[in-house]
Formats: sequence, C-alpha cells, structure tokens
Amino acid sequence: MWDYTDKVKEHFLNPRNAGELEGANAVGETGSLSCGDALKLMLKVNDNERITDASFMTFGCASAVASSSALTEIIKGMTLDEAAKVTNDDISDFLGGLPKEKMHCSVMGQQALSKAIADYRGIQIEEKPGEIVCECFDVTDLEIIDAVQAHNLTTVDDVTHYTKAGGGCGKCLDRIAEVIELAKAKG
Amino acid sequence: MNVIYTDNNATTKVADEVVQEMVPYLGEFYGNPSSMHTFGDQVGAKVRKARQQVADLINADPEEILFTSCGTESDNSAIHSALNTFPERNHIITSVVEHPAILNLFKHLEAEKGYEVTLVPVDKQGRLDMDVLYGAMSENTAVISLMWANNETGVIFPIEEVAKKAREKGILFHTDAVQAAGKVPIDVQAAPVDMLSMSGHKIHAPKGIGVLYIRKGLKFYPHLIGGHQEEGRRAGTENTVSIIGLGKACELAREGLDFMNTEVRGLRDYLQAQLLEKIPGTSVNGELDNRLPNTLSIGFDAVEGESILMLLDRDGICASSGSACTSGSLDPSHVLMAMEVPFKSAHGTIRFSLSHYNTRDEMDKIVANMVDTIDRLRQMSPFWKDGKMI
Repeated sequence: MWDYTDKVKEHFLNPRNAGELEGANAVGETGSLSCGDALKLMLKVNDNERITDASFMTFGCASAVASSSALTEIIKGMTLDEAAKVTNDDISDFLGGLPKEKMHCSVMGQQALSKAIADYRGIQIEEKPGEIVCECFDVTDLEIIDAVQAHNLTTVDDVTHYTKAGGGCGKCLDRIAEVIELAKAKG
Repeated sequence: MNVIYTDNNATTKVADEVVQEMVPYLGEFYGNPSSMHTFGDQVGAKVRKARQQVADLINADPEEILFTSCGTESDNSAIHSALNTFPERNHIITSVVEHPAILNLFKHLEAEKGYEVTLVPVDKQGRLDMDVLYGAMSENTAVISLMWANNETGVIFPIEEVAKKAREKGILFHTDAVQAAGKVPIDVQAAPVDMLSMSGHKIHAPKGIGVLYIRKGLKFYPHLIGGHQEEGRRAGTENTVSIIGLGKACELAREGLDFMNTEVRGLRDYLQAQLLEKIPGTSVNGELDNRLPNTLSIGFDAVEGESILMLLDRDGICASSGSACTSGSLDPSHVLMAMEVPFKSAHGTIRFSLSHYNTRDEMDKIVANMVDTIDRLRQMSPFWKDGKMI
C-alpha cells in the first residue's frame, strides 16, 4: 500500500469542495482519461480578483483527489496574484507530503490552477515553448529542465515522478537522461 | 474489522488443515530427510507422501515433481533447462499477457542473451492469436511457455492443443499453471506438457514453496548446483515444513475441485450479475465462458482503480486493481492493454478473486459497498454526468 499521510487519507475520504460549482467564472482543466488522471478546477472570482469559492472534479487515484481537495482549500480567499504563486510543493506540504511516485498529482493541481487563472483573465495560454520530449504526456524539454532545476532532480525516475514524462511508452527515456544532463550543465 | 478476502489470485489463506499438518515439523520433527537414520526419515516419509499428493493433483508420477521456492523459480528453472537442452536454437515463444515471472525473463533473454522472442498477441477477449503462435513455431524454436490461465482475467488458454502441437514439432513446452492449479482440472497425461509450474501460496499452502513438474525422461539441467537433493535437480536442503503443507493443500485442492467449479463459480457469477445489474457503465473483461471459476475482472467507467480499492478497504474488503497509478506507469496493466480494453474502463478495473471460504453474504456486502463507492467517485469525476460518460 502507499505510504499516505493521515491528511491525504482524510482528504480522500472527506474531500472538500468536490462537485460542480454553480456560477463559476474561471475553469482550468488538465489531464485526460487516457492519462489515468484528470482534474477540472472551478473558481468564483469577484471583481477584486479574489477567489470567493472553488470546487474540483477529479478522476484519479486517492492522492489526486486529496491534492485537488487541498488545492481548493489553499486558494479560497486568495487573490489571483497570490494564487498564481501557489506551487505543487505547497499542495504536497499542505497534505504533509506525498509519496515521490505521486508528486505528479500535486503538479496536476498547479497546472489546473494556472489554466483557471488564465481563463479568468482571458489569456490564451500560448503553445508550450520548447520541444516535445514525451509524446505520451505532452511534456517539453523546457518543462523537464524547469522541474530538474526547481527540485534538484537527478534521475530519469525523478523526472517521471514529477512530470510524468517517460511514464507511458518509455521511448523517450534516453532523451530525458540527455535533458537532465543539459539542465545540470545549465544550472 | 472482519476481512472479506477476495484477492485469492494474489495469495490465499493457509488452510487450517494445512497448518495442523505442518506444526509438528516446525518443532518436534526437525530431522533432515536425507539423513541415514530413522529420525530424519520420519520427515523423509512425509516429504515422499507430499510428493505423491502433489503428483495426484495433476495426474503425474511423484518422481516428476520437483520442489522449488516459488512459482518464479519454477518458471526460471524450466526455461533455463529448456535453453540448455537446445543450445543451438535461439528462438523462444510466449504470450503478451504472461506473468512477469515469464514475460520479464523472456525480455531479459532477448536484451541480454540475444534470443529472438515471439510475443503472441491476444484478442479483445484475451484469447491467444493461434495463427501467430503456430506461424512462429520453427526448427529454431527452443521452447514455448504459455500460462494455463491468466492471473488478471482468469482466461484459460488451450494448453492441451498447443502442447500436442509443440510435441509434433519437437519444441519443448512449458506452462505456468500457478493460477490454474486447484481451480480447473489439470491432467499432464491428457495435456502433454514437458514442464509445468505451480505455487503453494495460491492454493492455501504457505508462501515460499513452489513446484516444477518435469516429464519423465526429459533431460533436466539444474538451476541450483550443489548437493544431491531432489535427485540432483535442485540443490539445497528441502523446505520440509512447507513441502508437507503443500502436499496437504494439493490433496484438499483435488477434493475441492468440484466445489470450486460449482459453488465458488456460482458465487462469482452472482457477484458479477449483481454488479452489472446495479451499477451502470460496467463491463466484464475476458472471454466470459472460458475463465477460471473464481475470477472476475470488471471495469467501471470514469473512475480509477486505486480510489475504488481504498473505499473497499474501509469495509475490510480486499481486491486488486487492473492498473497501478504510479508516475512510472499510469497505464493500465499490460494484460488489459494487450486486450485493448478501452481507457474509460481499464483504469477503473477491479479484480475480485474468490475462494471456497467466501460466502453469499460477503458478496452482498461487496455489492452494497461497490454501489456506494462507484456512485461517490462518479459524483466527483469530470467524465461522468447524469448517469453516463461524457
């Protein structure tokens, strides 16, 4: 069994803010059925750009549900500028930590949040810069470099845990190793 | 909390009768069966009896039974011996849905030893592609290894037919019967397999004991070299206590085969029918009328397996999922992928595997929990709305 903290279990068994949100004016969706997990984050944002309510709908494992639940608790009451600074580590910390194989669940939360903020502000999220490394999960070399540098990742497994890159067909594993070397050289 | 154990393809309860049989040999009777004294031979006699009991389960001779440490060792030993039998041949055949004990061994042989491997595909119901299998057999094929029944779906392969064909072609044939033993009849006279693997802990014996059946007259190249135990086919002092337990477990399995194929099958069918009736968006994986009687692999649209297991666990219900949500593999199991089970239900696939210890009352409790669990998860799933997938 996974070594989940009591808080992860508690948020899975009693998720906060699960379900549709009536009157949501900002929505961010990430993941897909084929990926094995997906999150739809819904926000109500007032005229002062403050998040007055948030809800989620999640398809995924227990830590995906718990991460989504934690995210909504963290961001309620924040302004969009404050929310934009929330990282996946904040979500993980809120839950007392996640198994490293499950860190992508918290990353999914952060991605949905960025998309919801962009949705409210009417910003088209640009095509991702960089070159696609993992075709299964649509992860670019720049995203991998960011993850490696932000979290001091050293192995291909680490990168997979954080970004999912390489977790599908596995064809890109050698390329991920090269990108890690590149990131270290740059860092 | 009472446990409702429906994960018998993972492991089984050690039967009380088996424990009773073993206990004296954990304490008082500690002799070495190879010793030249009566004290040791008291154990030796029990080991001989156990060998007979194991042989009787599959209609073999006791001298064809080799005790190992587990199913994986049996599989590895069988393939090792087969490859040594035909050092000049470099082609081997197995299926895409094998247990990792065979599948990863074959991938290792391909990557590290230069063997050419044919992985026979299966169709959407998990049935072997016989054209590919027969088309791949050649003079260069050393060994074919196919599971008797699949651990995830319970689908049964036509072992008798393939074993006969392999014999005609002069190719060694091994079957991993770890899941089939004790659940469906196995007769090595009718199905002319050269080698067959079994595992104790899947049939109510302890963990750490396995069997390799080796057909009489077949040249066997040992995997473990050392002492003369097991007629020189596996060195190392015998795990006497577990062997004695396994013997009893095989006797019980033989006696219980009818019950398994009537009562346990009935419970499985009841569970399946109830889940299909009470939960929409549900589908059963595998060829329905050709499965192990105890196994149900069933997928629920728009929800994820680990979440289901955690909600079952609250009521003490033990089952398995068909996917492992780890970042390293978010994909459903290789078996479900090979069968092209759609993602919508593959991620939400649960395997219930029953034993003769289960009751109808337990099935009702599972159904009640599942109705609630699936409803609860679908209420928060972005892919489910108004009673159907979106």
